[in-house]
Formats: sequence, C-alpha cells, structure tokens
Amino acid sequence: MAEKLLMKGNEAIAEAAIRAGCKLFFGYPITPQTELAEYMAKQMPKRGGLSLQAESEIAAINMVLGAASTGARVITSSSSPGISLKSEGISYIIGSDVPCVIVNVQRGGPGLGGIQPAQSDYNQATKALGHGDGHDIVLAPNSVQEIATLVGEAFDLADIYRMPCMILADGALGQMMEPVDFEAKPAREIPEKDWACNGHGGKRVHNIVNSLYIEPEKLEEIVLERFERYKKLEENEVKYEEYLTEDADIVLVAYGITARIAKTAVRNARKKGIKAGLFRPITLYPFPAKQLNELADKANCFLSVEMNMGQMVNDIKIAIDCKKKVYHYGRTGGMIPTPEDILAKIEEYSGGNK
Amino acid sequence: MTSFNELATEKITIISGPYGSGKTNVAVNLAMSLAESGLECRIADLDIVNPYFRSADNKELLEKMGVTTLVPEFANTSVDIPALPQNYQLLFNGSGKSIADVGGDGDGAAVLGLSHDDYIEAGYKMYFVYNRYRYITAEPEGALEVLEEIKRASGLDFHGIINNSNLGLETDEEAILNSIPYAKKLSEISNLPLLFTTAPDWLDIENTVKIKDITKKLF
Repeated sequence: MAEKLLMKGNEAIAEAAIRAGCKLFFGYPITPQTELAEYMAKQMPKRGGLSLQAESEIAAINMVLGAASTGARVITSSSSPGISLKSEGISYIIGSDVPCVIVNVQRGGPGLGGIQPAQSDYNQATKALGHGDGHDIVLAPNSVQEIATLVGEAFDLADIYRMPCMILADGALGQMMEPVDFEAKPAREIPEKDWACNGHGGKRVHNIVNSLYIEPEKLEEIVLERFERYKKLEENEVKYEEYLTEDADIVLVAYGITARIAKTAVRNARKKGIKAGLFRPITLYPFPAKQLNELADKANCFLSVEMNMGQMVNDIKIAIDCKKKVYHYGRTGGMIPTPEDILAKIEEYSGGNK
Repeated sequence: MTSFNELATEKITIISGPYGSGKTNVAVNLAMSLAESGLECRIADLDIVNPYFRSADNKELLEKMGVTTLVPEFANTSVDIPALPQNYQLLFNGSGKSIADVGGDGDGAAVLGLSHDDYIEAGYKMYFVYNRYRYITAEPEGALEVLEEIKRASGLDFHGIINNSNLGLETDEEAILNSIPYAKKLSEISNLPLLFTTAPDWLDIENTVKIKDITKKLF
C-alpha cells in the first residue's frame, strides 16, 4: 500500500481525475471548490494536461462539450450557483451522448446563498440538471478517501454509458483534510470511442456529435435508446453502504458528509439500546430503490438526514412504496447537523409506528 | 527547543507555511501555551486567502484563555473579504507578545510585505511549518519552493522550521518518526534550524512537543 497523504477533498478530486487520465480541466473559481481549480492550474501543465480558467461557467461547460466530443477525458467543477449556470450546457452534453465529469461542491442556496456546506442541490442533481428527458449519474462520496476511488469510477461510468457523471460533494468535504491513499481502482473495460470526432484521416465517415433533431420521430427514437442505457445503468451500477441495518427498527438514510455524522448518531443510539441503522446511497442516481424497499419489510420507520429541507424524502417514499413512515431531519443554509441533534430525532421517532 | 514558548523570543512571532501544514493549529497552540504561562499575548488572523479554516474560528476558546484575537471584522460573515483586522496595529505596538497566523503561500504572505518595515522595527521571528504528508509540499524540495515564495512576497527572513507532520486523526508514532528525516532534509537545503517536531497530545513520543488539535470536529 502506498504511503498515505493528507489532502483536502477538493485537491483529492483534482488529483484523482489526473490519475484517471483526465487531461483537460475547464472551470471558473467559486468558493468552496476553488482549491480544485487551483490544483489543476498548478498540476495539469506539469503532467501533460491543460487547465483553463474560462470567462464564465457557461463558457467552461461548453468547452467541456467540445472536448468530450473528441473522446478526451474532461472535467469541470463548480459550486451550486455555478452549476445552475452550467445547466444548459449539461443538457447539451446529455443530448449529445458524450461523457464527462462534473463536480458540484455544494454551498447553501438558493441564489448566491452562502459559502458554507449544503446538500440543497440534491433535486437539481438527480432530477433536472438540465432541460429535457435525460439523466446524469450522481455519485456522493463521504470521505476524502472515497473521493479518490469514486472520481476514477465517475470517468469510467461516463465513458461506458456515454453520459455526464456528477460528483456531488459539499463544502465540508471539499475543504476538510483527511489521509488518502490513491490505490489503483479495479480497471473497468471501457468501450472504444468510435463515435468521437477526433480526426478520421480520410479512412472513415465523419462522426457528428449533435443534440439537435428537428424530426420528432428521430428525436423520440434517440431518447428511447438513451433510456435503454439508463435501464442498464439502474440495473448494474447502484452503489450503497449499509451499517447495522440488519436488525434496525429505525433506518437513517443519509449521503455524503451527513452520512458520517448520522453514523456517529447511530452508534450512540445503539449504546442507548435503540436499534438504529444507517443506509447510505453512494449513487444518488441511480437511486438504490430495490435495496431500500427490502429494508422497509424489516424496519419500522426511516429517517432521512440531509443538509436541506428534505429533498430525498420522496425518493425514499417511492423506493419503499410508502410501506413505512419516512421522517426528515435537516439543517440548511450552510448549517451542519450534529450527532446530538440527530440522536434526539432517533429517540423521538424510534418509539413510533409500532 | 522543547516548548512552544521558546518560539516567542521577539515581539512578533510569525507562523507561516503551506496550506494544510497546520500553521493555524501551531499558532493557536503557541498562543495557548503563552497564555498558560501567564504571558500577555494576542494572535492576529492574517489569512486573507482562505475563509474556511482560520484562527478566527477559535476566537471564543482563545479569548476565554485571555488571548486577544485580532480578526478581520467580517471574518466568517457573508462579506468575508480579503481584509486586515481593524486593530492590526496592536500586533506591533500592543504590550506583551504578538503572534501572526499567515496564509500559506506567496499570495497569503503578501500581507506581510505590506507592513514589512513595521515587522522589522518591532522585531520578529518567522517560522515555517512543514508537514511531510501534504501532497504537493511533502518532499523537502517542494516545501522549499513555497518557503522561498513566502520569503520573496514578505521580504522577511525565516528563522527556523517546525516539523508539524501529521495525518489528521490517523497520525501515529510511525508517521511522526518517519517524517523526521524529511524535516531534517528541509532544514539542510534551506539552511534553517529544525526547531522541534510536534506530536498530537494523545501520543507520547520522546523529543517531540505536544500539540492540541483545535480543529472543529463534525462527527
């Protein structure tokens, strides 16, 4: 095992991307993700890549579309308001079936909001990152170490399914420092990018990357084909972690940094004799619906813990067919829940629904 | 050296080093150590670059111990802008000792260059905090680059190196001991004395100075 190093989450995203063979970064600074852009600016030129500070987030995402069309591994990063600006470009990327990685180090919103950690872009990331029928893959790491493996996985998934993959982090994860070991991630087989516009040398027909289809019959056909790919993604790529859910009466559902706070709360609840467990979705899209549904046959109730006003609650309800009550506890605007706050909610709800 | 207090031989002690070396932790530990010895001191948060982790976070803890904190008026508010503390001059003319916690590269150190003459007039010692486990500045040569950058931007000289190598909560004896040859190498190539190696207060390691971890814990 390689020697561990101490890194900020933002730096680890950048380093993991470079190690995954990403040669291109297009971005625009915004707190709390700026270290990522800074790291890219310092490292990319030394490592055979290019880092460019675009004139705006909109310019950056369109550079990503162009670069991705050539089959190159490309990444962009921003924080909440910047992601909103990118949404048109992201829709074009979805509509063009090209892979890329997009990082959102979330901060409090709406509007300019604040600069402290939040998870209030859950709905935007999982439901409507851009207009039109389409999806992006959403991965939610919960530690600097998990960032190191999930960023590489994000590039692989993007390439395999030819779609954008988002790393949904938050200000705490981006800014905190933890030991990290960039162990080799198991290699995945990446299909040949025979669709890429990377020069045909007169030996094959032109490839065209495009998201405009004037004929509705054609557009529908393309969207349907895309949804076949989403189906495969949903069947094969769901990732999650369970902690003490086997005999749990109350199952907390939390992702990212909040899952770690919730884990401490679960541990403390167990010490008090309360059968609490934690279910942590790692892929937010595709959502681990089947696994949650199975849990709903055993548990009494669910408690969604998020740094927002309850954006994941409906996903849990749908996943479990409303078989059990789903409560929510959240802080928002940049406030972070404490293990004590969460434990109080566990105590309040674990007695109910018997 | 065997204690933080020995760093504060001059009016002003400047703690500088790359981002993530733990300089804020070192600066705050120095302030707490001076305060525990009954010495009057103040700490100035001069990190104008990164608004996320800074001395200002520990204002309450420090003031309780009798340490005056000089923090930018708007630190940790919606208008956390690159600004100096309003009572910045106390750093030079307040009674007792002063500690400056400075942002970790040439850009961060530009704030020192601004008052270069005042530091020389008041008398200062500037120390470089080294962490063997920070990615870009892990190698002594990489750390030296940042050290030189800070020197250029500040126009001030360094007087020693503090080996604060750590892996956060995963710091163990092996990590500390393994870091020492690298700190010595940095000392050699920078021509600066290695003053001491820190170790988190939960570890008992010979010839190290204990340091308290004052960063906020989320879980």
